[in-house]
This record gives sequence, C-alpha cells and structure tokens, in this order.
Amino acid sequence: MNDNNTTPPLNYLTNGHTVKSWLLTVDHKRIGILYLIAMTCFFLIGATAATLFRLELATHNANVLANDTYNRLFTMHGIIMVFFFLIPAVPGVLGNFFVPLMIGAKDVAFPRLNLASWYIYMAGGLFTLAAIIGGGIDTGWTFYTPYSSVYADSHVILAGTGVFITGFSSILTGLNFIVTIHKMRAPGLTWMRLPLFIWAQYSTAIINVLGTPVLAITLLLVLAERVLGFGIFDPQKGGDPVLYQHMFWFYSHPAVYIMILPGFGVVSEVLACFSRKRIYGYEFVAFSSLAIAAIGFFVWGHHMFTSSQSPYAGLIFSILTYLVGIPTAIKIFNWTATLYKGSVQLSAPMLYTLGFIGLFLVGGLTGLFLATKAINVHLHDTYFVVAHFHYVMVGGMMMAWLAGLHFWWPKMFGKLYNEFWARVGAVIIFFGFNFTFFPQFIAGYMGMPRRYHVYDIEYQPFQMLSTAGAFFMGIGLIICLVTLVSSLITGKASGKNPWKATGLEWNYASSPPDTHNFTVPIKVDVEAYDYTDERIYQDA
Amino acid sequence: MNFFAIKTSPIAASEYAREWDKLYAYLMAVSVFFTVAICGVIIFFAVRYRRRSDADRPAPTKDGKLLEILGSVIPFILVMVMFFWGAKLYFDARIPPKDAIEILVTGKQWMWKMQHPNGKREINDLHVPVGVPIKLTMTSEDVIHSFYLPDFRKKMDVLPGKYTQMWFLPEQEGRYHLFCAEYCGTEHALMIGNLHVVSQAEYERWLSTGGTGGMAAAANADDPVAAGQALWEVHCMMACHTGRPGAIGPNIHHAFGTMRELETGEFVLMDENYVRNSMINPNDDIAKGYPAAMTSFRGTLNNNQMNQIIAYLKSVAEDAP
Repeated sequence: MNDNNTTPPLNYLTNGHTVKSWLLTVDHKRIGILYLIAMTCFFLIGATAATLFRLELATHNANVLANDTYNRLFTMHGIIMVFFFLIPAVPGVLGNFFVPLMIGAKDVAFPRLNLASWYIYMAGGLFTLAAIIGGGIDTGWTFYTPYSSVYADSHVILAGTGVFITGFSSILTGLNFIVTIHKMRAPGLTWMRLPLFIWAQYSTAIINVLGTPVLAITLLLVLAERVLGFGIFDPQKGGDPVLYQHMFWFYSHPAVYIMILPGFGVVSEVLACFSRKRIYGYEFVAFSSLAIAAIGFFVWGHHMFTSSQSPYAGLIFSILTYLVGIPTAIKIFNWTATLYKGSVQLSAPMLYTLGFIGLFLVGGLTGLFLATKAINVHLHDTYFVVAHFHYVMVGGMMMAWLAGLHFWWPKMFGKLYNEFWARVGAVIIFFGFNFTFFPQFIAGYMGMPRRYHVYDIEYQPFQMLSTAGAFFMGIGLIICLVTLVSSLITGKASGKNPWKATGLEWNYASSPPDTHNFTVPIKVDVEAYDYTDERIYQDA
Repeated sequence: MNFFAIKTSPIAASEYAREWDKLYAYLMAVSVFFTVAICGVIIFFAVRYRRRSDADRPAPTKDGKLLEILGSVIPFILVMVMFFWGAKLYFDARIPPKDAIEILVTGKQWMWKMQHPNGKREINDLHVPVGVPIKLTMTSEDVIHSFYLPDFRKKMDVLPGKYTQMWFLPEQEGRYHLFCAEYCGTEHALMIGNLHVVSQAEYERWLSTGGTGGMAAAANADDPVAAGQALWEVHCMMACHTGRPGAIGPNIHHAFGTMRELETGEFVLMDENYVRNSMINPNDDIAKGYPAAMTSFRGTLNNNQMNQIIAYLKSVAEDAP
C-alpha cells in the first residue's frame, strides 16, 4: 500500500453532509456528481418519451398516441437527449471529475465558474421542463423555420430559451477545461504524456467554445422572428428558411463531435487498461481528435443536400465529409491494433468499449452512405438516418459513457459493483440496441420517412422488431442502473486501483479521492499507458 | 432479399433507381467487409490474447507507421470512389430533359396540390403517362415540405418563397408511394399520396375528363398560360417589359431561359426563381442599363398568380418547347 501512512479522515464525499455543502460546493468532484444526478434524471425523461412513441410505432396505425402527442414526444426526446444528456454527459460528469485528477491538479482553473456552469445547465433544463409541462413543443429538436418561427403552435419560446441558456454552460465548461489543461498539468506531464481522455476533452472544449455561440445566435434569431416579427427566416417577410439550416447545422454538425469525441477519450482509457497495452499509435489518435474537431466545422452542408442549397456547394460538403471519416478510421484501426498481443480482460467496462467499437463502426460506415450525394437524396429524412445517428450517438456515445461510468465508478465512490450483473447488463444492452436500430436501416432503405406516427403497413415488421428491441434494451439499462446504485450500499471497498490502471487518478488519489485530490506532490516521469511499470501493480 | 416473405427492399421503378441500387450495393459491400473484418479481428484478439493470469505483463508493441499509412490510404481510395460515383450519378440526373412534361406542385399543410400543363388539378394523387420524363416545379404555401418518391430514389425539399425542381422517368405502369419527407407539423404523416403511372392513352383520357383521383376540374377552365397572359396585360407588364421604345424596363417577354446581364456585371439565368424574386424583390437584381424603378408585386399577386405569369412567360419564350 502506498497510502498507508497518510490516509486522511475525510474524502470529498464525507466532507460535509448538508444540502448546502453540495449545492454551494466548488469541488470539481462534487460538481461532477451533481451533473451525474441531474443528467440521469434528464436521461430517464428522454427515455420515457422514447418508450411511449416506440409503443405507438409498433403498429402502423395510431392506437396509443394522437398525432400532436406523438410529435411532442419525439421532439422532447430529441431535445432532452441531445442538449441535456449527450452533449454534457461525459464532459460534465467524467470530465469535471477526472480532468483535474488525471493531470495532477487540485481543481479546475475556475472552480466557481464551474459551479455556475452547473446552475446554468439546470436553469436551461428547467426552462425546457417548463415547456414540456406547459404542453410541449412540436418542432423536432432541429427547430426548422419557418415552422418553428411562425407556424408551430407550441412552446417554442420556452424550449428555445432553455437550449439557449444551457449552451452557456457548455461554453464555460469548455473554457474552464482549456485553461485547466494548458496551465495546471503536473510537472513532467508534457502534452505527449497526457492520457487520450484529456486530448479528447481538449478537442471537445475547443468546439464548444467556437461552435456554441453560433447556436445561441441562431436560436435568438428564431425567437426574434417569433416574438418580435423580424423577417429573418420567413419568406413572407423577405427571409430565407434555408439560412436557418446553414446556421443551425454550422453548430449542430460539430455538436455531434462534441458528443462523440469525449467518448473516444473514454474508449482509449478503458482499452489500454484492460489489454495492458499502450494505445497503438498514440500520437495519431491524439491528433486525429484535433483533426476531427477542425474538419468537423466544414461539413455542415451534408445535412442539406435536398434543401435547395447549391449542388456545387453540396459537392464540397460531400468530399469534406469523407475526409473527416479518415481520422475516425485511423482511431478504429489503432484501437483494434492495441489489443494485439495484449492481456485482454473482458470486464464490464471492456465489454461496453468493444461494443462501442463495433456499433460506432456501423454508424460510421453508414455515414459514408449519407455523405454520397446521390445516395443521400433517397435516404435523407428516412429511418436510415435515424438508425445511423442512433448507432453513432447511442451505440457510440452512450456505450462509451457507460464504459466510462463503470470504469471510474470505483474511483468515484470507492465501491466495486457486482461484476457479473454489470456484464449481463452490457451484453443485453448491446443486443437490445442492435435489435432496436438495425431494422430501422431497412425501413429507411425502403423509403419510410422519419417523424411519421402512422405509416404504410409494409414498414410494420421493422417497426415492430424495433419496439421489441427497445424493451430488451430497457431491461439492460435497468439492470445496469440497479447494479451501479446497489453497489453504493452493498459493494465491497474497491481500494485505490482495482483495475491496475496507469494514470495519476488511479495511482496517486485514494478511492474516493480526498477533497483536495492528492496528499503527495506529483512529478510525472513516465509516458502515458506504461503498463510495464511495476508500480501500478503493487496496490491491492 | 426476402425473409419470412417480408419485403426488404424498395421497388426500382426507373433506370436511375437501378443505377442508384448499384452504387448502394458497392457501399454495402465496403461496409459489410469492414464490419466483418474489424469485428472479426477484435473477437479473435479478445480470445487469442485473453488474460490468462493476473501476472501477465505483455510486452509493448512498437508503434509503426505502416498501419497509419495503410489505414489512411486504403479508406481514402475507397471513399473517393464513393464520392465520384455518387457525384456523377447525381449530376448526370440533375437537369431534366427538354421534352419533359412540367407539372406544378404546391405543398401546403397537409396536402400536395398538383397542376397539369392544361390546368387540370388534383390533390395527393399524381397521374403521369408512362415513358415520358416528368418535371416537377415545386413550391410551398407555408412551411418546408419535401417531395419524396422512394421507388424512384428521388427527393427534393419544397420551400415557401422559392421554386425547386425534380424530375423522373416512369417506366412501368403502377401505383407508387408519394411521401412528405420534411417534418411539417401535426399531420405530417398524412401528407402522403400516390403516383399513378398510366398509359399514354389513359393519361390523355384522364386529362380531358373529370379523372379518377383528386379534384375534378374541366380541362382548360383553369389554363395557367391564358390566366398568366391576362395578368401580364392587366398589370401592364407589357408596358415596361416588351421592348417598346423608351420602355423603363428590359425586354423580357420572350427571354425565359436565357442569361440576363445585371448592373453588377454578373449574368443570371432567367428561370422560375428569378422571375418570382424579381416580382417580389425587384431591386435584388437590376438589369444592366435600366434604373431600379420597378415596384414590388408582394401582396398584389398570390402564389398561384405568380405561377401563371411564369407559365405564360415560358409559353412565349423563344426556345419554348
């Protein structure tokens, strides 16, 4: 044991038990837990909406929900899942908790700003919840004009304001991470020694800071047209509805990298640990994150091939979209090569991670279909697109999030979960996911448009399979949730480094970490993922 | 592909659709290959190199450049094939043939309104003759819709305040799906209809009678060209735009489909969108050598009337079909 002589009496969880000590905390770890609780609630709301409309879609006619209810539910599912789960999940929870721990810092650069970010996130969330309670919003998460700005008869203003506000939380968190990673690394922790999770957070933070203001401006213009009658997107007033799509996707395409890049970071950590290998081609994986962040800003028009945008502009967007696929392919090849001659252990986080690679691969390859101009024309706005982005966002991002949560759970709470049930949950989620979303590729290829609450009977077999799969996946998620939560009560103490992983958070901080993270001064003298270093295997 | 007698692929109703299916098959082959290969390698490694003892200390693998180079170059070549093939397929089939029948499509929450060249209208049904290219000139009265014919692999958004175009060549008689693909509000899912591909003779018969689907209308009662000519005269457009000596505006009477020179030195095509925008925002594009003197017809002419004027200008254009 390395920490036998200086075990402090209090860790971050036991240092204060009052509600106030949590709500006014500036400890990055406690803020991470606040995000975890809030985000889990939002996730459950989004999942409930999905459950309801999946039931409706099981048959081709309307027998559960009315048209307006259906439209409100898929909109709510999209808004909540994108803006309140996918975007902030890994940065908000794992990023907040582990960025300082992984670089050997006491906290983030601006702890009070960090707390403010959480309050801003909550304020945005409450506005959105108010919109839902007040009767919902039916524009789709994309808020396309002039439907949203003129025609929709639902709570566009409240929900738009909610998303507008929560964007500032992303910007401030991004700013905080950029400064923290630049200025607060421990001595000896050079850029090329950083864990890839940090590289991923850094790339994400840059997109957040550059892209999110554009979303804020766009939403503000929609609200200006809706409330004040400005003519910006409405052609009746001389506006251009396609301008909205350009502005929206200028943020929202990079936003898919905001969602997935942190997941890439998690995958690199878990893969290295459970194969006891350095990530193959570390530099390529690190710089591919930056390349994705940069090229990702210039591909937004591939959402608009049928929108009446110039076909020549479409050509440029098409070729750039393929180019963003290259660094992504590099990552997948390198992750696969990492396993070569490793010591592979299929623990729960590793199962999620390998599941991630398979599902993300399918999501990425179907992205090539959609980048192909002629192919896109048929598949655009069909279930093929729905399946594609769920493979990337749920199969990719959510699997990575669950991998990260299981991987770092012992560090966050000092408890081991039941490994058997965690693996059962991972396997059921993997198969349930494929069962849910694979049939949607076929429905989309056959031409079934998305956002239809009633549809032609020829698509019914695929929708029925999809609904059955969703319940299967739901069971997996419940097993996962119960396993993790019950470990807090019945779990065995995890010790400092249960997986024998490299990294400052595992080797210098106790589980759960002390209020100020480290009790000894840190000096880094090893490369990242050095699994030959015997020191990491010493702690039981 | 068929399992349990469930249909799993769409009809390929045209030559274009069959070409589309070939490219789709290429993409599918590349995707299946990489999915099987990578998942296979992962499973193989996970079994072959499973942790046998907690004392396992695998030796580090030295990073090589080979994987990174092959991993960039091979995918690059494969996707460039996709890019060029997809772009070629798209651009080859972009411009409608000259002999296409032009049908006006208007999207409206939540219905499709079609108007045939002789003025006959129908709603949510579209009758077309087999073997003749069909050009759709489309606009919307309210929000964005999208005209989607899955069996022809064609789709185009239908926007308010603007015309978009799409064309297809029906090969086989039959009934095909027509969907709205862009979410447009409460009854989006009911903004659907049928494309009826019928024989030439039946189309002629249908055009001249009450027809079977949609709203019946006597032929020529609503001839857009005649109506457009009347509007042209009523609104005194011929005073300014027919090339009379001293006219304040450029002669555009027979110019539809030609390139027009602007004050800025640019050339623009006089097409549906140009005419429409010139009526609504006359000062956007000022013709070379003429003052910005035209007043807007916004509020004076409705959507339908603008369509009629365009139809008239097309009918008198010098290279009119």
